[in-house]
Amino acid sequence: MSVLLIAEHNNKEVRPFTYNAITAASQINEDLHVLVLGYQADDVAKSLSEVSNVKKVIHVDNEIYENYIAENYTSAIIKHAENYSHIVSSANTFGKNLMPRIAALLDTSQVSDIIKVISEDTFLRPIYAGNAFATVKSNDKKKCVTIRPTSFDPADKSGGSAEITKSDPAEASPSTKFLKKEEVKSDRPELGTARIVISGGRGMQNGENFKLISDIADKLNAAIGASRAAVDAGYITNDHQVGQTGKVVVPDLYIAVGISGAIQHLAGMKESKVIVAINKDGEAPIFSVADYGLEADLFEALPQFLSELNKLNTIQK
Amino acid sequence: MKILVAVKRVIDYNVQIRVKEDGSGVVTDNVKMSTNPPDDNAIEEAVKIKEAGKAKEIVAITIGEEKAQETVRKALAVGADRGIHVKVDNVIEPLAVSKILKKIVEKENPDLVFMGKQAIDDDCNQTGQMLAALLNWPQATFASKIEVKDNALEVTREIDEGLETIEVNVPAIVTCDLRLNEPRYASLPNIMKAKKKPIEQINASDLGVDINPRIEQIKVEEPPKRKAGIKVASVEELVQKLKNEAKVI
Repeated sequence: MSVLLIAEHNNKEVRPFTYNAITAASQINEDLHVLVLGYQADDVAKSLSEVSNVKKVIHVDNEIYENYIAENYTSAIIKHAENYSHIVSSANTFGKNLMPRIAALLDTSQVSDIIKVISEDTFLRPIYAGNAFATVKSNDKKKCVTIRPTSFDPADKSGGSAEITKSDPAEASPSTKFLKKEEVKSDRPELGTARIVISGGRGMQNGENFKLISDIADKLNAAIGASRAAVDAGYITNDHQVGQTGKVVVPDLYIAVGISGAIQHLAGMKESKVIVAINKDGEAPIFSVADYGLEADLFEALPQFLSELNKLNTIQK
Repeated sequence: MKILVAVKRVIDYNVQIRVKEDGSGVVTDNVKMSTNPPDDNAIEEAVKIKEAGKAKEIVAITIGEEKAQETVRKALAVGADRGIHVKVDNVIEPLAVSKILKKIVEKENPDLVFMGKQAIDDDCNQTGQMLAALLNWPQATFASKIEVKDNALEVTREIDEGLETIEVNVPAIVTCDLRLNEPRYASLPNIMKAKKKPIEQINASDLGVDINPRIEQIKVEEPPKRKAGIKVASVEELVQKLKNEAKVI
Protein backbone atom coordinates (compact mmCIF):
# COMPACT_ATOMS: atom_id res chain seq x y z
CA MET A 1 0.00 0.00 0.00
CA SER A 2 0.96 3.63 -0.31
CA VAL A 3 2.47 6.16 2.07
CA LEU A 4 0.64 9.33 3.10
CA LEU A 5 2.82 12.29 4.04
CA ILE A 6 1.33 15.22 5.93
CA ALA A 7 2.70 18.47 4.50
CA GLU A 8 3.80 21.32 6.73
CA HIS A 9 3.38 24.76 5.18
CA ASN A 10 2.21 28.31 5.92
CA ASN A 11 -0.58 28.29 3.27
CA LYS A 12 1.74 30.05 0.82
CA GLU A 13 4.94 28.07 0.94
CA VAL A 14 5.98 24.56 1.84
CA ARG A 15 7.98 24.51 5.08
CA PRO A 16 11.48 23.16 4.30
CA PHE A 17 11.40 20.00 6.44
CA THR A 18 8.52 18.67 4.36
CA TYR A 19 11.08 18.02 1.61
CA ASN A 20 13.29 15.99 3.96
CA ALA A 21 10.27 14.01 5.11
CA ILE A 22 9.36 13.33 1.47
CA THR A 23 12.77 11.72 0.94
CA ALA A 24 12.32 9.45 3.95
CA ALA A 25 8.71 8.61 3.08
CA SER A 26 9.65 7.62 -0.46
CA GLN A 27 12.27 5.26 0.97
CA ILE A 28 9.47 3.47 2.82
CA ASN A 29 7.38 3.09 -0.31
CA GLU A 30 7.68 4.74 -3.71
CA ASP A 31 3.95 5.30 -4.01
CA LEU A 32 4.01 8.48 -1.99
CA HIS A 33 0.96 10.72 -1.67
CA VAL A 34 1.03 14.09 0.06
CA LEU A 35 -1.89 15.54 1.99
CA VAL A 36 -2.15 19.34 2.07
CA LEU A 37 -4.57 20.66 4.67
CA GLY A 38 -4.69 24.42 4.42
CA TYR A 39 -6.60 27.58 3.67
CA GLN A 40 -6.10 29.17 0.25
CA ALA A 41 -3.10 26.92 -0.09
CA ASP A 42 -3.25 26.24 -3.87
CA ASP A 43 0.36 27.33 -4.29
CA VAL A 44 1.45 24.78 -1.69
CA ALA A 45 -0.40 21.96 -3.44
CA LYS A 46 1.09 23.00 -6.77
CA SER A 47 4.66 23.17 -5.41
CA LEU A 48 4.33 19.72 -3.88
CA SER A 49 2.93 18.24 -7.10
CA GLU A 50 6.22 19.25 -8.76
CA VAL A 51 8.45 17.41 -6.26
CA SER A 52 10.08 14.47 -8.01
CA ASN A 53 9.11 11.67 -5.60
CA VAL A 54 5.48 12.69 -5.12
CA LYS A 55 2.91 10.57 -6.98
CA LYS A 56 -0.29 12.30 -5.90
CA VAL A 57 -1.34 15.39 -3.94
CA ILE A 58 -4.59 15.49 -2.00
CA HIS A 59 -5.62 19.05 -1.26
CA VAL A 60 -8.25 19.94 1.32
CA ASP A 61 -8.90 23.65 1.48
CA ASN A 62 -10.93 25.15 4.27
CA GLU A 63 -10.54 27.93 6.80
CA ILE A 64 -10.47 25.41 9.64
CA TYR A 65 -7.00 24.42 8.39
CA GLU A 66 -5.55 27.93 8.34
CA ASN A 67 -3.61 27.18 11.53
CA TYR A 68 -2.30 23.92 12.88
CA ILE A 69 -5.02 22.76 15.17
CA ALA A 70 -4.05 19.12 15.75
CA GLU A 71 -7.66 18.19 16.49
CA ASN A 72 -8.87 19.51 13.12
CA TYR A 73 -5.95 18.04 11.21
CA THR A 74 -6.46 14.65 12.82
CA SER A 75 -10.09 14.19 11.79
CA ALA A 76 -9.18 15.00 8.17
CA ILE A 77 -6.21 12.62 8.15
CA ILE A 78 -8.21 9.78 9.70
CA LYS A 79 -10.69 10.12 6.83
CA HIS A 80 -7.93 9.30 4.36
CA ALA A 81 -5.91 6.86 6.46
CA GLU A 82 -7.80 3.78 5.31
CA ASN A 83 -6.03 3.76 1.94
CA TYR A 84 -2.52 3.88 3.33
CA SER A 85 -0.07 1.57 5.05
CA HIS A 86 1.97 4.41 6.56
CA ILE A 87 1.19 7.92 7.77
CA VAL A 88 4.33 10.04 7.91
CA SER A 89 5.36 13.54 8.99
CA SER A 90 8.48 15.34 10.11
CA ALA A 91 9.47 15.08 13.78
CA ASN A 92 9.51 18.80 14.49
CA THR A 93 6.98 20.58 16.70
CA PHE A 94 4.42 20.24 13.87
CA GLY A 95 4.62 16.46 13.57
CA LYS A 96 5.31 15.82 17.24
CA ASN A 97 2.09 17.58 18.17
CA LEU A 98 0.02 15.93 15.48
CA MET A 99 1.10 12.35 14.82
CA PRO A 100 0.40 10.71 18.20
CA ARG A 101 -3.18 11.95 18.04
CA ILE A 102 -3.60 10.18 14.70
CA ALA A 103 -1.76 7.05 15.86
CA ALA A 104 -3.93 6.61 18.97
CA LEU A 105 -7.13 6.78 16.91
CA LEU A 106 -5.72 4.19 14.51
CA ASP A 107 -4.69 2.06 17.50
CA THR A 108 -1.10 2.19 16.31
CA SER A 109 2.07 2.42 18.37
CA GLN A 110 3.92 5.32 16.77
CA VAL A 111 7.58 5.15 15.80
CA SER A 112 8.98 8.60 16.62
CA ASP A 113 11.91 10.50 15.17
CA ILE A 114 13.50 7.93 12.88
CA ILE A 115 16.95 8.59 11.44
CA LYS A 116 17.04 5.69 8.97
CA VAL A 117 14.57 3.55 7.03
CA ILE A 118 15.77 -0.05 7.17
CA SER A 119 12.67 -1.58 5.60
CA GLU A 120 8.93 -0.90 5.37
CA ASP A 121 8.50 -1.87 9.01
CA THR A 122 11.96 -1.47 10.56
CA PHE A 123 13.60 1.80 11.47
CA LEU A 124 16.56 3.23 13.36
CA ARG A 125 15.86 5.86 16.01
CA PRO A 126 17.89 7.59 18.69
CA ILE A 127 16.89 7.17 22.35
CA TYR A 128 18.29 8.69 25.55
CA ALA A 129 19.15 11.98 23.86
CA GLY A 130 21.02 10.16 21.12
CA ASN A 131 23.25 8.25 23.52
CA ALA A 132 21.90 5.00 22.11
CA PHE A 133 20.42 3.97 18.76
CA ALA A 134 17.52 1.52 18.73
CA THR A 135 16.52 -0.62 15.76
CA VAL A 136 12.77 -1.14 16.04
CA LYS A 137 10.24 -3.14 14.06
CA SER A 138 6.62 -2.04 14.04
CA ASN A 139 4.13 -4.91 14.07
CA ASP A 140 1.08 -2.70 13.68
CA LYS A 141 -0.89 -3.10 10.47
CA LYS A 142 -0.90 0.62 9.88
CA LYS A 143 2.22 2.50 10.80
CA CYS A 144 2.61 6.06 12.05
CA VAL A 145 6.13 7.37 11.69
CA THR A 146 7.79 10.72 12.32
CA ILE A 147 11.07 11.53 10.67
CA ARG A 148 14.05 13.43 11.99
CA PRO A 149 14.37 15.87 9.09
CA THR A 150 18.08 16.53 9.43
CA SER A 151 18.85 12.84 8.88
CA PHE A 152 17.48 12.87 5.33
CA ASP A 153 18.37 15.08 2.36
CA PRO A 154 15.60 17.28 1.02
CA ALA A 155 13.79 15.92 -2.04
CA ASP A 156 14.32 17.53 -5.42
CA LYS A 157 11.75 20.32 -5.73
CA SER A 158 11.25 19.79 -9.44
CA GLY A 159 10.87 16.95 -11.90
CA GLY A 160 7.50 15.68 -10.72
CA SER A 161 4.05 16.15 -12.17
CA ALA A 162 1.69 14.57 -9.68
CA GLU A 163 -2.04 14.88 -10.06
CA ILE A 164 -3.77 17.15 -7.51
CA THR A 165 -7.13 15.94 -6.24
CA LYS A 166 -9.42 18.04 -4.10
CA SER A 167 -11.11 16.54 -1.09
CA ASP A 168 -13.70 17.67 1.44
CA PRO A 169 -12.89 18.89 4.93
CA ALA A 170 -13.71 16.84 8.00
CA GLU A 171 -15.23 17.97 11.25
CA ALA A 172 -13.66 20.87 13.14
CA SER A 173 -13.14 20.65 16.88
CA PRO A 174 -15.23 23.11 18.89
CA SER A 175 -12.89 22.87 21.89
CA THR A 176 -9.67 24.37 20.56
CA LYS A 177 -9.23 27.91 19.32
CA PHE A 178 -6.16 29.45 17.74
CA LEU A 179 -5.42 32.85 19.28
CA LYS A 180 -2.07 34.04 17.96
CA LYS A 181 1.36 33.15 16.73
CA GLU A 182 4.46 35.13 17.62
CA GLU A 183 6.87 34.30 14.88
CA VAL A 184 10.39 35.58 15.12
CA LYS A 185 11.19 36.99 11.68
CA SER A 186 14.78 36.91 10.62
CA ASP A 187 16.73 37.39 7.43
CA ARG A 188 19.14 34.72 8.53
CA PRO A 189 18.89 31.11 7.35
CA GLU A 190 16.58 28.83 9.33
CA LEU A 191 18.29 27.14 12.24
CA GLY A 192 17.17 23.67 11.15
CA THR A 193 18.55 23.90 7.64
CA ALA A 194 21.44 26.39 7.88
CA ARG A 195 24.85 25.36 6.54
CA ILE A 196 26.56 27.08 9.47
CA VAL A 197 25.23 27.51 13.00
CA ILE A 198 26.86 29.58 15.73
CA SER A 199 25.43 29.07 19.21
CA GLY A 200 25.88 30.81 22.53
CA GLY A 201 25.46 29.44 26.02
CA ARG A 202 25.45 30.60 29.59
CA GLY A 203 28.97 31.95 29.07
CA MET A 204 27.48 34.81 27.01
CA GLN A 205 26.35 36.29 30.37
CA ASN A 206 23.50 38.36 28.92
CA GLY A 207 21.35 38.97 25.87
CA GLU A 208 23.28 42.05 24.67
CA ASN A 209 26.45 39.99 24.35
CA PHE A 210 24.75 37.85 21.69
CA LYS A 211 25.63 40.77 19.39
CA LEU A 212 29.14 39.26 19.30
CA ILE A 213 27.55 36.10 17.90
CA SER A 214 25.18 37.81 15.50
CA ASP A 215 28.03 39.85 13.97
CA ILE A 216 29.81 36.61 13.10
CA ALA A 217 26.56 34.99 11.96
CA ASP A 218 26.06 37.89 9.53
CA LYS A 219 29.56 37.45 8.18
CA LEU A 220 29.18 33.67 7.70
CA ASN A 221 25.50 33.73 6.69
CA ALA A 222 24.92 31.46 9.68
CA ALA A 223 21.89 30.75 11.85
CA ILE A 224 22.05 31.52 15.55
CA GLY A 225 21.54 28.78 18.11
CA ALA A 226 21.60 28.65 21.89
CA SER A 227 21.86 26.23 24.76
CA ARG A 228 18.88 25.69 27.03
CA ALA A 229 20.70 27.60 29.77
CA ALA A 230 20.89 30.70 27.56
CA VAL A 231 17.20 30.47 26.64
CA ASP A 232 16.11 29.83 30.24
CA ALA A 233 18.13 32.84 31.36
CA GLY A 234 16.24 34.95 28.83
CA TYR A 235 19.28 35.86 26.69
CA ILE A 236 17.48 34.72 23.53
CA THR A 237 14.08 33.35 22.43
CA ASN A 238 13.09 29.68 22.60
CA ASP A 239 13.11 29.12 18.82
CA HIS A 240 16.93 29.22 18.98
CA GLN A 241 17.32 26.33 21.42
CA VAL A 242 19.42 23.40 20.21
CA GLY A 243 19.23 20.10 22.09
CA GLN A 244 17.18 17.15 23.25
CA THR A 245 14.09 19.25 23.95
CA GLY A 246 14.87 21.92 21.36
CA LYS A 247 15.97 21.59 17.76
CA VAL A 248 18.32 19.07 16.23
CA VAL A 249 20.76 20.60 13.78
CA VAL A 250 23.28 18.99 11.46
CA PRO A 251 25.12 21.87 9.79
CA ASP A 252 28.45 21.64 7.96
CA LEU A 253 29.90 23.84 10.69
CA TYR A 254 28.67 24.24 14.28
CA ILE A 255 30.39 26.79 16.47
CA ALA A 256 29.62 26.44 20.20
CA VAL A 257 30.55 29.52 22.20
CA GLY A 258 30.45 29.57 25.99
CA ILE A 259 28.54 26.27 26.01
CA SER A 260 29.77 23.64 28.45
CA GLY A 261 28.25 20.76 26.46
CA ALA A 262 25.66 19.01 28.64
CA ILE A 263 24.43 15.67 27.22
CA GLN A 264 21.13 17.37 26.41
CA HIS A 265 22.82 20.01 24.26
CA LEU A 266 25.10 17.50 22.52
CA ALA A 267 21.96 15.56 21.51
CA GLY A 268 21.00 18.46 19.28
CA MET A 269 24.30 19.09 17.49
CA LYS A 270 26.81 16.27 17.73
CA GLU A 271 26.05 14.97 14.23
CA SER A 272 27.28 18.26 12.75
CA LYS A 273 30.06 17.71 10.20
CA VAL A 274 32.59 20.06 11.80
CA ILE A 275 32.30 21.25 15.39
CA VAL A 276 34.18 24.17 16.90
CA ALA A 277 34.14 24.87 20.63
CA ILE A 278 35.23 28.13 22.19
CA ASN A 279 35.27 27.95 25.97
CA LYS A 280 37.53 29.21 28.71
CA ASP A 281 37.14 26.00 30.70
CA GLY A 282 39.52 23.51 29.12
CA GLU A 283 37.75 20.63 30.87
CA ALA A 284 34.30 21.47 29.44
CA PRO A 285 32.66 18.35 27.90
CA ILE A 286 31.98 20.25 24.67
CA PHE A 287 35.67 19.75 23.79
CA SER A 288 35.13 15.98 23.68
CA VAL A 289 32.99 16.34 20.54
CA ALA A 290 34.80 19.31 19.01
CA ASP A 291 37.00 18.91 15.94
CA TYR A 292 38.64 22.22 16.78
CA GLY A 293 38.72 23.44 20.34
CA LEU A 294 39.87 26.88 21.40
CA GLU A 295 40.41 27.40 25.09
CA ALA A 296 39.89 31.14 25.40
CA ASP A 297 37.80 33.91 26.86
CA LEU A 298 34.96 34.34 24.38
CA PHE A 299 34.89 38.11 24.89
CA GLU A 300 38.38 38.27 23.43
CA ALA A 301 38.05 35.41 20.98
CA LEU A 302 34.83 36.48 19.22
CA PRO A 303 36.03 39.97 18.16
CA GLN A 304 39.30 38.40 16.96
CA PHE A 305 37.33 35.74 15.11
CA LEU A 306 35.37 38.45 13.29
CA SER A 307 38.48 40.36 12.37
CA GLU A 308 40.19 37.19 11.08
CA LEU A 309 37.10 36.48 8.96
CA ASN A 310 37.26 40.03 7.63
CA LYS A 311 40.80 39.34 6.44
CA LEU A 312 39.73 36.43 4.26
CA ASN A 313 39.36 37.15 0.56
CA THR A 314 36.37 34.88 0.14
CA ILE A 315 33.86 33.23 2.43
CA GLN A 316 31.64 30.40 1.27
CA LYS A 317 27.97 31.26 1.41
CA MET B 1 -11.07 21.87 39.43
CA LYS B 2 -9.31 18.59 39.81
CA ILE B 3 -5.96 17.99 38.16
CA LEU B 4 -4.42 14.62 37.38
CA VAL B 5 -0.66 14.76 36.84
CA ALA B 6 1.20 11.86 35.25
CA VAL B 7 4.83 11.32 36.23
CA LYS B 8 7.40 8.84 34.96
CA ARG B 9 10.49 7.39 36.59
CA VAL B 10 13.49 7.57 34.26
CA ILE B 11 17.27 7.39 34.39
CA ASP B 12 18.46 10.66 35.92
CA TYR B 13 19.31 13.29 33.31
CA ASN B 14 22.89 13.58 34.57
CA VAL B 15 23.73 9.91 34.14
CA GLN B 16 25.99 8.92 31.28
CA ILE B 17 24.00 6.26 29.43
CA ARG B 18 25.71 2.91 28.82
CA VAL B 19 24.48 0.43 26.23
CA LYS B 20 24.38 -3.24 27.28
CA GLU B 21 26.89 -5.40 25.48
CA ASP B 22 24.27 -7.86 24.28
CA GLY B 23 22.37 -5.06 22.53
CA SER B 24 19.20 -5.65 24.54
CA GLY B 25 18.95 -2.14 25.97
CA VAL B 26 20.77 0.27 28.23
CA VAL B 27 22.18 -0.42 31.68
CA THR B 28 19.66 0.44 34.41
CA ASP B 29 21.00 -1.60 37.35
CA ASN B 30 22.53 0.57 40.08
CA VAL B 31 21.85 3.68 38.02
CA LYS B 32 20.38 6.80 39.62
CA MET B 33 16.71 7.23 38.74
CA SER B 34 14.59 10.39 39.02
CA THR B 35 11.33 11.90 37.91
CA ASN B 36 11.31 12.77 34.21
CA PRO B 37 12.31 16.48 34.28
CA PRO B 38 9.30 18.05 32.47
CA ASP B 39 6.98 15.97 34.68
CA ASP B 40 8.36 18.02 37.58
CA ASN B 41 7.18 21.12 35.72
CA ALA B 42 3.74 19.51 35.33
CA ILE B 43 3.45 18.92 39.07
CA GLU B 44 4.72 22.40 39.86
CA GLU B 45 2.14 24.00 37.58
CA ALA B 46 -0.69 22.02 39.14
CA VAL B 47 0.46 23.06 42.62
CA LYS B 48 0.64 26.72 41.55
CA ILE B 49 -2.90 26.56 40.18
CA LYS B 50 -4.10 25.02 43.43
CA GLU B 51 -2.26 27.66 45.46
CA ALA B 52 -4.02 30.32 43.38
CA GLY B 53 -7.30 28.83 44.54
CA LYS B 54 -8.25 27.53 41.11
CA ALA B 55 -7.91 23.82 41.80
CA LYS B 56 -9.23 21.73 44.67
CA GLU B 57 -7.33 18.50 44.32
CA ILE B 58 -4.18 17.22 42.66
CA VAL B 59 -3.77 13.51 42.02
CA ALA B 60 -0.35 12.24 40.92
CA ILE B 61 -0.17 9.03 38.93
CA THR B 62 2.65 6.85 37.73
CA ILE B 63 2.75 3.63 35.79
CA GLY B 64 5.62 1.24 36.30
CA GLU B 65 7.38 -1.24 38.52
CA GLU B 66 7.28 -1.09 42.33
CA LYS B 67 9.98 1.57 42.61
CA ALA B 68 8.10 3.94 40.30
CA GLN B 69 6.16 4.91 43.43
CA GLU B 70 9.12 7.11 44.38
CA THR B 71 8.07 9.60 41.73
CA VAL B 72 4.52 9.77 43.13
CA ARG B 73 5.94 10.19 46.63
CA LYS B 74 8.04 13.09 45.38
CA ALA B 75 4.95 14.67 43.78
CA LEU B 76 3.11 14.31 47.08
CA ALA B 77 5.99 16.05 48.84
CA VAL B 78 5.72 19.12 46.61
CA GLY B 79 1.97 19.44 46.88
CA ALA B 80 -0.07 16.66 45.28
CA ASP B 81 -2.87 15.44 47.57
CA ARG B 82 -2.88 11.76 46.82
CA GLY B 83 -1.30 9.25 44.50
CA ILE B 84 -2.07 6.36 42.20
CA HIS B 85 0.43 3.72 41.19
CA VAL B 86 -0.51 1.45 38.32
CA LYS B 87 1.76 -1.55 38.46
CA VAL B 88 3.28 -3.06 35.34
CA ASP B 89 6.29 -5.33 35.25
CA ASN B 90 7.68 -4.50 31.85
CA VAL B 91 8.36 -1.30 29.98
CA ILE B 92 5.23 -0.41 28.06
CA GLU B 93 4.72 1.80 25.02
CA PRO B 94 3.10 5.26 25.10
CA LEU B 95 -0.04 3.87 23.43
CA ALA B 96 -0.46 1.39 26.30
CA VAL B 97 0.29 4.12 28.85
CA SER B 98 -2.39 6.34 27.35
CA LYS B 99 -4.92 3.47 27.42
CA ILE B 100 -4.24 2.97 31.12
CA LEU B 101 -4.47 6.71 31.79
CA LYS B 102 -7.80 6.81 29.95
CA LYS B 103 -9.18 4.20 32.34
CA ILE B 104 -7.97 6.21 35.33
CA VAL B 105 -9.41 9.44 33.90
CA GLU B 106 -12.80 7.75 33.49
CA LYS B 107 -12.65 6.73 37.13
CA GLU B 108 -11.27 9.96 38.60
CA ASN B 109 -12.99 12.49 36.33
CA PRO B 110 -10.31 15.18 36.45
CA ASP B 111 -10.83 18.49 34.63
CA LEU B 112 -7.23 18.66 33.53
CA VAL B 113 -4.46 16.16 32.90
CA PHE B 114 -0.89 17.49 32.98
CA MET B 115 2.33 15.69 32.11
CA GLY B 116 5.78 16.43 30.67
CA LYS B 117 5.98 16.91 26.93
CA GLN B 118 8.47 14.11 26.47
CA ALA B 119 10.20 11.44 28.54
CA ILE B 120 13.96 11.74 28.37
CA ASP B 121 14.46 7.97 28.13
CA ASP B 122 12.56 6.88 25.01
CA ASP B 123 12.21 10.47 23.71
CA CYS B 124 8.85 9.49 22.18
CA ASN B 125 6.80 12.63 22.87
CA GLN B 126 3.48 10.80 22.39
CA THR B 127 1.55 10.03 25.57
CA GLY B 128 -0.30 13.33 26.14
CA GLN B 129 -1.45 13.62 22.56
CA MET B 130 -2.54 9.96 22.50
CA LEU B 131 -4.52 10.32 25.70
CA ALA B 132 -6.20 13.45 24.31
CA ALA B 133 -7.19 11.50 21.20
CA LEU B 134 -8.55 8.51 23.13
CA LEU B 135 -10.63 10.81 25.37
CA ASN B 136 -11.56 13.10 22.48
CA TRP B 137 -10.30 16.04 24.56
CA PRO B 138 -8.42 19.07 23.27
CA GLN B 139 -4.65 19.08 23.66
CA ALA B 140 -2.20 21.87 24.40
CA THR B 141 1.32 20.53 23.92
CA PHE B 142 4.74 22.02 24.74
CA ALA B 143 3.20 24.57 27.12
CA SER B 144 5.44 27.37 28.39
CA LYS B 145 2.62 29.44 29.93
CA ILE B 146 -0.82 28.50 31.21
CA GLU B 147 -3.57 30.91 32.15
CA VAL B 148 -6.66 29.46 33.81
CA LYS B 149 -9.93 31.02 32.63
CA ASP B 150 -13.55 30.04 33.22
CA ASN B 151 -13.83 26.52 31.87
CA ALA B 152 -10.90 27.07 29.54
CA LEU B 153 -7.13 27.46 29.49
CA GLU B 154 -5.10 29.91 27.49
CA VAL B 155 -1.87 28.14 26.70
CA THR B 156 1.30 29.49 25.12
CA ARG B 157 3.11 26.75 23.24
CA GLU B 158 6.75 26.60 22.19
CA ILE B 159 6.90 25.83 18.48
CA ASP B 160 9.73 25.82 15.93
CA GLU B 161 8.85 29.28 14.62
CA GLY B 162 8.48 30.88 18.06
CA LEU B 163 5.38 30.90 20.24
CA GLU B 164 1.76 30.05 19.59
CA THR B 165 -1.19 30.77 21.87
CA ILE B 166 -4.32 28.65 21.83
CA GLU B 167 -7.40 28.36 23.97
CA VAL B 168 -8.67 24.92 24.95
CA ASN B 169 -11.92 24.16 26.69
CA VAL B 170 -11.83 22.11 29.87
CA PRO B 171 -11.50 19.13 30.15
CA ALA B 172 -8.13 19.23 28.44
CA ILE B 173 -4.68 17.68 28.30
CA VAL B 174 -1.59 19.84 28.69
CA THR B 175 1.96 18.65 28.07
CA CYS B 176 4.53 20.83 29.78
CA ASP B 177 7.75 22.33 28.54
CA LEU B 178 10.79 22.84 30.78
CA ARG B 179 10.29 26.60 30.63
CA LEU B 180 6.77 26.52 32.08
CA ASN B 181 8.01 27.19 35.61
CA GLU B 182 10.80 26.52 38.07
CA PRO B 183 10.02 23.30 39.99
CA ARG B 184 10.38 23.73 43.75
CA TYR B 185 12.31 21.45 46.04
CA ALA B 186 10.39 19.53 48.67
CA SER B 187 11.06 20.69 52.22
CA LEU B 188 11.91 18.10 54.84
CA PRO B 189 8.63 18.56 56.78
CA ASN B 190 6.71 18.16 53.51
CA ILE B 191 8.65 15.01 52.66
CA MET B 192 7.67 13.63 56.06
CA LYS B 193 4.04 14.65 55.56
CA ALA B 194 3.99 13.05 52.11
CA LYS B 195 4.74 9.68 53.70
CA LYS B 196 1.29 9.79 55.23
CA LYS B 197 -0.55 10.70 52.05
CA PRO B 198 -2.32 7.77 50.40
CA ILE B 199 -1.09 6.00 47.26
CA GLU B 200 -3.62 3.67 45.71
CA GLN B 201 -2.13 0.65 43.99
CA ILE B 202 -3.79 -0.82 40.92
CA ASN B 203 -2.61 -3.72 38.80
CA ALA B 204 -2.58 -2.83 35.13
CA SER B 205 -3.90 -6.30 34.38
CA ASP B 206 -7.10 -5.45 36.29
CA LEU B 207 -7.89 -2.53 34.02
CA GLY B 208 -8.81 -4.63 31.01
CA VAL B 209 -6.70 -2.85 28.42
CA ASP B 210 -4.33 -4.27 25.86
CA ILE B 211 -0.83 -3.20 26.84
CA ASN B 212 1.09 -5.73 24.80
CA PRO B 213 4.00 -4.28 22.82
CA ARG B 214 3.43 -3.50 19.16
CA ILE B 215 7.00 -2.52 18.50
CA GLU B 216 9.84 -5.03 18.67
CA GLN B 217 13.14 -3.67 19.84
CA ILE B 218 15.57 -5.56 17.66
CA LYS B 219 18.75 -4.09 19.06
CA VAL B 220 20.18 -1.15 20.92
CA GLU B 221 23.67 0.01 20.04
CA GLU B 222 26.11 2.77 20.74
CA PRO B 223 25.95 5.67 18.32
CA PRO B 224 29.03 6.12 16.12
CA LYS B 225 31.75 7.92 18.05
CA ARG B 226 33.23 11.17 16.84
CA LYS B 227 36.91 11.18 16.03
CA ALA B 228 38.87 13.07 18.66
CA GLY B 229 39.59 16.62 17.60
CA ILE B 230 42.47 18.96 18.31
CA LYS B 231 42.95 22.07 20.37
CA VAL B 232 44.08 25.12 18.47
CA ALA B 233 46.33 27.74 20.04
CA SER B 234 44.82 30.89 18.59
CA VAL B 235 41.85 32.36 16.76
CA GLU B 236 44.05 32.85 13.72
CA GLU B 237 44.91 29.15 13.65
CA LEU B 238 41.24 28.27 14.06
CA VAL B 239 40.19 30.36 11.07
CA GLN B 240 43.01 28.95 8.94
CA LYS B 241 42.01 25.37 9.82
CA LEU B 242 38.37 26.04 9.03
CA LYS B 243 39.30 27.62 5.72
CA ASN B 244 42.08 25.33 4.51
CA GLU B 245 41.70 22.00 6.33
CA ALA B 246 37.96 21.58 7.01
CA LYS B 247 37.08 23.83 4.05
CA VAL B 248 33.79 24.91 5.61
CA ILE B 249 34.13 28.71 5.39
